[in-house]
Amino acid sequence: MSFPLLTLLGAVPLVGALVVMFTPRATGRVTGLFISLLTTALALVVVGLAAGGRDLSEQFTWIPAFGAHWAMNADGISLTMVLLTVLLTPFVLIASWNVGHADAEDGWGPRAFSALVLVMESFALFCFMATDVLVFYIFFEATLIPMYFLIGGFGEAGRRRAAIKFLLFGLGGGLILLAGVVGVYAISAGNGQPTMLLADLAGMPMGTGTERVLFVLFFIAFALKAPMVPFHTWLPDAAESGTPGTSALLVGVLDKIGTFGMIRFCLELFPGASQWAAPVVLILALISMIYGALAAIGETDILRLIAFTSVSHFGFIVIGIFSFTTISMTGATFYMFNHAFSTGVLFLAAHFLIQRRGSQKIADYGGVQKLAPVLAGVFLLGGLSSLALPGMSSFVSEFMVIAGSFSQNIWIGGISTLGMVLAATYILLMYQRTMTGPVTEDVEEAFGEERSNDLTGRERWAVAPLLLIIFVFGFFPKPMLDLIEPAVTTTMSQVGVSDPSLTMEGSN
Amino acid sequence: MVNPLQTAILEPVAASGLFQMAWLMIAIPLVSAAFLLLVGKASNAWGHLLATLAPIASFGIGLALFFQLLGASVAERTVEVPVYEWIGVGPWDVQIALLVDQLSILFVLLITGVGSLIHIYSIGYMEHDERRRRFFAYLNLFIAAMLVLVLANSYLVLFIGWEGVGLASYLLIGFWQHRPAAAAAAKKAFVMNRVGDIGMALAMITMFAHFGSVEFAEVGKNAAQFSPLTATLVGLFLLLAACGKSAQVPLQAWLLDAMEGPTPVSALIHAATMVTAGVYLIVRSGPIFDQTPVASTAVVVVGTVTLLVGAWIGTSKDDIKKVLAGSTMSQIGYMILAAGIGPAGYVFAIFHLLTHGFFKANMFLGAGSIMHGMDDDVNMRNFGALGRAMRWTFLTFAMGYLAIIGFPFFAGFYSKDHIIVAAFEHNMIVGICALIGAGITAYYMTRLMVMTFFGRKRWEHGVHPHESPGVMVFPLVVLAILSVVAGVAMNSWINGWLVPAVGGEEHTYGLLDGFTEPIGWLTMGVVAIGVVIAVSVFKSVPKEAPRGNFLERAARRDVYGDDINNAVVVNPLMAFIGLLTGFDRGKVDGAVEGIGASTSGLGQVLRRLQSGYVRSYGLTMVAGAVLVGAVLILGQLA
Repeated sequence: MSFPLLTLLGAVPLVGALVVMFTPRATGRVTGLFISLLTTALALVVVGLAAGGRDLSEQFTWIPAFGAHWAMNADGISLTMVLLTVLLTPFVLIASWNVGHADAEDGWGPRAFSALVLVMESFALFCFMATDVLVFYIFFEATLIPMYFLIGGFGEAGRRRAAIKFLLFGLGGGLILLAGVVGVYAISAGNGQPTMLLADLAGMPMGTGTERVLFVLFFIAFALKAPMVPFHTWLPDAAESGTPGTSALLVGVLDKIGTFGMIRFCLELFPGASQWAAPVVLILALISMIYGALAAIGETDILRLIAFTSVSHFGFIVIGIFSFTTISMTGATFYMFNHAFSTGVLFLAAHFLIQRRGSQKIADYGGVQKLAPVLAGVFLLGGLSSLALPGMSSFVSEFMVIAGSFSQNIWIGGISTLGMVLAATYILLMYQRTMTGPVTEDVEEAFGEERSNDLTGRERWAVAPLLLIIFVFGFFPKPMLDLIEPAVTTTMSQVGVSDPSLTMEGSN
Repeated sequence: MVNPLQTAILEPVAASGLFQMAWLMIAIPLVSAAFLLLVGKASNAWGHLLATLAPIASFGIGLALFFQLLGASVAERTVEVPVYEWIGVGPWDVQIALLVDQLSILFVLLITGVGSLIHIYSIGYMEHDERRRRFFAYLNLFIAAMLVLVLANSYLVLFIGWEGVGLASYLLIGFWQHRPAAAAAAKKAFVMNRVGDIGMALAMITMFAHFGSVEFAEVGKNAAQFSPLTATLVGLFLLLAACGKSAQVPLQAWLLDAMEGPTPVSALIHAATMVTAGVYLIVRSGPIFDQTPVASTAVVVVGTVTLLVGAWIGTSKDDIKKVLAGSTMSQIGYMILAAGIGPAGYVFAIFHLLTHGFFKANMFLGAGSIMHGMDDDVNMRNFGALGRAMRWTFLTFAMGYLAIIGFPFFAGFYSKDHIIVAAFEHNMIVGICALIGAGITAYYMTRLMVMTFFGRKRWEHGVHPHESPGVMVFPLVVLAILSVVAGVAMNSWINGWLVPAVGGEEHTYGLLDGFTEPIGWLTMGVVAIGVVIAVSVFKSVPKEAPRGNFLERAARRDVYGDDINNAVVVNPLMAFIGLLTGFDRGKVDGAVEGIGASTSGLGQVLRRLQSGYVRSYGLTMVAGAVLVGAVLILGQLA
């Protein structure tokens, strides 16, 4: 067996977190950043090798009685998720440089923040690469731990309550998923070949009723994670109380485990049930998309607003997944990638803003662009990416989702175009209320008269690479699409669906 | 009525030679914009000069390409310039590619030509604005996006430019963001445009679902395969998109507010170029509208209604820019009307679009020059007798005035006359509306001229009007000359040039046609009546606006555009959002919290067993242990 490169990739940040905890307080942050960048470099090597056709799969027997294996592999969908994780994490660390610094009450320092972020990164990577259901399940649960402490240890007032709420939702989803995992195992054991390997479980014969029950269990667990209405209420609370850097990771990376899980597990393990449930799922997703957007328009707290925009975006992603077309599913996967960066920029810009003014209420702002034009510009760019402006990567993915779903179901695809107007409304309304108009007294006090309190060099370096990614893949999405499409084609053939034929063939 | 004339189907040839460089026209202003925004303050001193060179360079390339096309045979005048593959997934193969043909090159020359002049003008106009560099960067961004819009070879690439100009428009309307009115107007423009963009998106996804392609050539070839219902829907979707971008009823309300932007922006974006994109879209989509008399009729109706509503609004505004904005709506209404007629009207729509681009930009810049001399006042009731104080501005503005009312031999005389004649041929009622519109145009433009340049001084205390500097007067002079000669220059030529690209009938129009047809005389008569009424009514202008009749009061309120939007869409939606927000916190979250409360009761018990930070850790550990135990036990049982 070749060198277990994928395991190494997941282990680097985990070991790195330990190293960070044992380095002196002063160098903890730098070490953490270095390790996250090392992880990024390693991940880029992995993607390069995989794109070059190298087989990276690894499989070690773990619990023979269960047929459980330590098994890792990375197809285009997994690699996309790996990439978004490793590309977002270092910049969140840079942006959150001062987090926990002055919080004497708890004593959670920046070193602990870095370590927890690295632990989270490691667990997320393992989740995205696991090809054994039990391994996936364990890391799915494990991600709750670092995130619980990141929310509860570093956030704003009410953070403990939000952290508990997050944890309860997570554990609830985990229990439901556990039931599903046990069920899948039981069926394989009943078939005489107990196994936890995804490859063996996929295509395993099971009764229609059983398949549907198991699908529903898996789906609910994932719908709690990538919050769909009505399971979404923990997310705005967590975002409101956590630090924005934490929220960027929570929404950008961890919640993607939900939508990723829908593709990897719901679709591949229960193809028949997935098709059976698709009409209902699509309607729920459409409701999520519109509900999240409307709630964002009505929101008065900047961080809650951004959280609601994500509820809306997750609606789009689920629409793309369950429309079962190459275009929509490739679009949905690419959407997950892009969403990490657009929401990342929004949360980080909000972080810079809130740090200066000390309030996250929209009403407490006004006229910021006059005193901090760069900050306002970054905020606007993040917002434009969120509303899927053409030229930015989010447009490519959102349009693919809309067009792909339309070719399958004109009502779902057609109605989802409403999201374009709603997104423009919530973003530009927030920008108008916070950034434009006359400078309010409080803002002037917070930002200084002579633009002295605009983004610092460090803060610019935290968001510039994210914006670069957004623009580069907006104009040149080809590398990502080429990475994703073969994996989507495989998944579609596993589910047993094919693209709808063109209503009328062009006469060439 | 089914059109007897056929729309031309595009058959592009591959680019060679200079055409392969066509993308540079877009790249130059785009790079310049990015450069100025990224370099920041360091380029404050010379940024505006660099930015002005960019559209001039693009204009140079455009002119060279125009002459190449002029020298090529008709079959070789449709050139496709591939750049790179954009989205190639599944059945899609979307290329970033440009289409240089007779239609797009005219737009290129208009955009870069008028664009260059407006850049030059802005050097003077924005001289004292501390954010001038940023203004120029946005102008460059606009030029690049607008060129993408007209040079795209597919709807999806067009959409990049379509939304790109929307962004530039947003940034420039709201350029003075510290003014709440400007910020609100910018947002309103973007959101209302997005409503139109729904139409664009729906049209594109329908094309993708049917043909797997959104290239103009491919869609044009296959459009006949649309079922009548689908063709009608796609036509209506495209019309919705056009209504948003071109401020046509019912999506017109943003344009009047957009006058919050600096005046060069109003001239370039909200008069000469961007707002005409809807006309371009419909003309480009000719093969689709050929299939659907219903959608074509809808286009005609929208154009006719808007040309009257816009003119109506123009009659009663005291803000000089808002008069011009109403006028822009109205003139674009004429173009949309012509485009709705089909191949018989496409050429006239584009002809009027070009001449309007010249004379309206001319008048907007003239209005800016007046504001420059009047301490940024826009209220015409405070003007009067400016003809003597601002000689050049007056003379150049007068050329634009004569052009728009259709004074014989001026540009609008030719381009508008064709549309009115075509409207009468299409439908008597539409023709009469177009004729009435010409009369109202003459009325409100004469009103503007009289209130601004003639009569007695009504200047506010301490205002000393003065002529603008040369850098502002020069573009006025060039545009004034174009307002005079563009009609004569293009009248006999443009039909033969455009017909192979957009369809229609080969026909050579003479310079004296307007005098040989009864409709020509009729139009001149109606225009003369409009002028005479305005001159007699506005002999003396009171400083305070009189209450006016109900028509005037409606016009001052933009014919209740905002009131209707608020009553029908905004207020119900906001009320619903208020309910939903309460529902989300009360019901959805309440149900969840109920479950949470019972669980956290358990937590309270556990918490007492712990102390310090360990308590939360402990809870997690317990939960984790329970889970791991469950895995093991349940695994055994199974």
